[in-house]
Amino acid sequence: MNQAITTHDDSRIELDRLSELTEDVLRRCRARGASEVDVGVGVDVGLSVSVRLGEIESIEHNRDRGLSLTVYFGKRKGSASTADLNPDSIEKTIEHACAIARHTEEDPCNGLADPDLLAHDFADLDLWHPWDISTEEATELALRCEEAGRGFDPRISNSEGASVQVGSSLAVGATSNGFFSRERDTRHMISVALLAEDEAGMQRDYWYESVRSAADFPGVASIGHRAAERTVARLGARKLGTRQCPVLFAPQVARGLIGHFISAVSGGALYRKASFLVDHVGKPVFPDFMQIAERPHIRRGQSSANFDSEGVATRDSDLVVDGRLARYVLGSYSARKLGLRSTGNAGGVHNLIVATGTDDFSAMLKRMGTGLVVTELMGQGVSLLTGDYSRGASGFWVEDGEIVHAVEEITIASNLREMFANIVAIGSDVDTRSHILTGSILLDRLTIAGA
Amino acid sequence: MTEMIALAEQRLLRPGGLASADLDRVFARLMTPAVDAADLYFQHSRSEAWMLEDGLVKEGSHSIEQGVGVRALSGEKTGFAYSDDIVMPALLEAAGSARAIAREGSNGNGRPLAVSSARALYPAIDPIDSMSSEAKVRLLGEIDAYARSLDARVREVIVSISATVDTVLMAGSDGTLAADVRPLVRFNVQVIAEQNGRRETGSCGGGGRYDLVELLANDRARRIAREAVRTALVNLDAVDAPAGNMTVVLGPGWPGVLLHEAIGHGFEGDFNRKGTSAFSSSMGQRVAAKGVTIVDDGTMLGRRGSLSVDDEGTPTNCTVLVEDGIMRGLIQDKFNARLMGVKPTGNGRRESFAHLPMPRMTNTYMLAGKHDPGEILGSVKRGLYAVNFGGGQVDITNGKFVFSASEAYLIEDGKITRPVKGATLIGAGPEVLKHVSMIGNDLRLDEGVGVCGKDGQSVPVGVGQPTLKIDNLTVGGTAA
Repeated sequence: MNQAITTHDDSRIELDRLSELTEDVLRRCRARGASEVDVGVGVDVGLSVSVRLGEIESIEHNRDRGLSLTVYFGKRKGSASTADLNPDSIEKTIEHACAIARHTEEDPCNGLADPDLLAHDFADLDLWHPWDISTEEATELALRCEEAGRGFDPRISNSEGASVQVGSSLAVGATSNGFFSRERDTRHMISVALLAEDEAGMQRDYWYESVRSAADFPGVASIGHRAAERTVARLGARKLGTRQCPVLFAPQVARGLIGHFISAVSGGALYRKASFLVDHVGKPVFPDFMQIAERPHIRRGQSSANFDSEGVATRDSDLVVDGRLARYVLGSYSARKLGLRSTGNAGGVHNLIVATGTDDFSAMLKRMGTGLVVTELMGQGVSLLTGDYSRGASGFWVEDGEIVHAVEEITIASNLREMFANIVAIGSDVDTRSHILTGSILLDRLTIAGA
Repeated sequence: MTEMIALAEQRLLRPGGLASADLDRVFARLMTPAVDAADLYFQHSRSEAWMLEDGLVKEGSHSIEQGVGVRALSGEKTGFAYSDDIVMPALLEAAGSARAIAREGSNGNGRPLAVSSARALYPAIDPIDSMSSEAKVRLLGEIDAYARSLDARVREVIVSISATVDTVLMAGSDGTLAADVRPLVRFNVQVIAEQNGRRETGSCGGGGRYDLVELLANDRARRIAREAVRTALVNLDAVDAPAGNMTVVLGPGWPGVLLHEAIGHGFEGDFNRKGTSAFSSSMGQRVAAKGVTIVDDGTMLGRRGSLSVDDEGTPTNCTVLVEDGIMRGLIQDKFNARLMGVKPTGNGRRESFAHLPMPRMTNTYMLAGKHDPGEILGSVKRGLYAVNFGGGQVDITNGKFVFSASEAYLIEDGKITRPVKGATLIGAGPEVLKHVSMIGNDLRLDEGVGVCGKDGQSVPVGVGQPTLKIDNLTVGGTAA
């Protein structure tokens, strides 16, 4: 039980092995006649310890390996992957990718990323911080986290448990047009979910922290306290009558709103004309105080990277300037479909920073006056095609800037186009756990359906 | 079953020089006096998918996944490790990691392995090879042309076909030795239609545990395309959905996702053992109106949610969850059943060898009632008729659930009038079915596209129900 899980002193040796494999697969695909090849190989190693009600509940060791492969025969494409790196599976994977590319049809937009966009400089983004922790130590941390939460308030009645997760990833990527990368990064998490109960019923809530280096964790007790605070705050929740009113999205749900915006300006939705923001570059989407910037090279950032999933170099770039859409979010294929160039966003965005105002959460409540704070959303009722928005919500009813009672079993509805245009203010209460860094977002008016 | 085990051994153990007789050595390593139970789950799965878009079959992919998960249980504790290498040294190493959950103790032994018996609900075939690549590509092109030919307003068509075969072998310290070969296929069409600058989407799919020939029998691909086009065209004329409480009539089939969210998850053994489900103390009590009977049935032939044996080797069952409105049963895996002192119900499922099993639904549906669907609609003065849905979600602790309509109509004076835009419906699981006032005689199961997520693990499931009238449900539209 005392062995440490992430003594990745051997990570460089493992990366050497993965590099050899990557180059070998690249060669074998070329030998089969592929004109272009993209290979990625990765290994994720982790430990997850969970405790519940003061007892250890589970210990999970994981070691996931995988190889994924895209081959082009001219403008025809085939893809294959394997989650085991046995020679037989790798041979079959190469075989299948090439066989599929014989049957798919030619698409002039197919192909690797343009060579002049590929990354060749790999800055140290400070993402590698193996956590040398034994299962006993991890268990101890989880126990302290849960205990802090359970002891926080007498109304905490039960627990879904606390967990400590330790993770490290090694990845090698190569393309036949000259891209080659070897990267390693770590990510660690501590989380706890608690239940509270009163005569009206049970409520559950949770809190977590996710960091690149364990040194960046706040004290485990504070994670437990935060979870407990959130859980008891939900007690006594009731419905609201159907109405229209201002709505404040707390930071952890505000990032979802920005996420919908990113999806709507992403290449796949645009070239399919499946977005309500088609043809919007240069046009206003938000009020003119709104600024959103992509900053891919933040040290220890949640989503920092030197290159995107096709090897295109990432760079600092503005997405929204004075409320106007400055550019789309594109990989090579969607860029070609639109007659544009890749923005280094194959696979998504890397750290978005939404410019905030100076109001903290309680100042935002005051600014709203009377309305709804949303802290949790449920369901998938968002259409990027039309912008129609209708989701289950819970949170708090606020009058004169003060929380009056918890709210549940209501829906909030509007259209994203109007919601974006009618943002009133962004709070300074930024949630740093996500790659979308935003404070709370105040909207002037949504339809609430309830009792 | 013996034949199935031979087949699974051939595919899973033989390549690494193993046979099921060798597994005793692994159990000897796993079992200490403090370990109550242990099991091994060997898996090899392969999938293939093809996709057409812009009139071109531009994507095809193939994936392989293989490995073994090793679990040791001690009281309420679980130790788990896995390896993608199915060879003895890797198995022993994983066993060493997994058994560390139970602190000390010398080596022991499991019970001798004995083959369990179960009826096969689907053929032990690899459906990927049931149709040539040429034929798959040709089919996608034909359906694209067909969908476009149905209406000039159809602008974009995406067609996909996929097939998977999963071979699994389960061995447990309780003597369980079981194997299963699980085919799963799926066909999907999504279209975007445009009219006067407005664009709306419609999609439809179907599938199950059979080969591609059976999937496509009776012109099913064209039926699916017609349905996708029809939905998109209906939505072109949809007006804003109403907001507030009203009578809601749910159509038969896929709207059974209501039962999955409102009832199913809250009836899973793990949440009830821990007392975290809104239903934790409702056994034997009324949770639905009289006449409401809901089952979880893993034993239906060829259905997407069916399994001959679950992922712990237990044959699946038809478990009554709610009988005439009274809560009667939970769905269980071995671990939670043992801790609760009940029998496993064949609902122990896992996404793969790299995930721990837990109680999961199979095919969850409500039995038919006596009302004609026309009579049900005719009884509504003003309400919403929701015939199709996207996904749903539930908070099992307070029981609140949502699901989003993808095709819905206003009911006015007993008649379906205008289509309305998709709206989210929200309710409380322990309450909603008490408001069921009429149950249709038209029970239908879904077409075979459901995916259920829990704790980050996805598994295929089925749902179903007859037409259902619920007197009081919150509809989350924008119209006053």
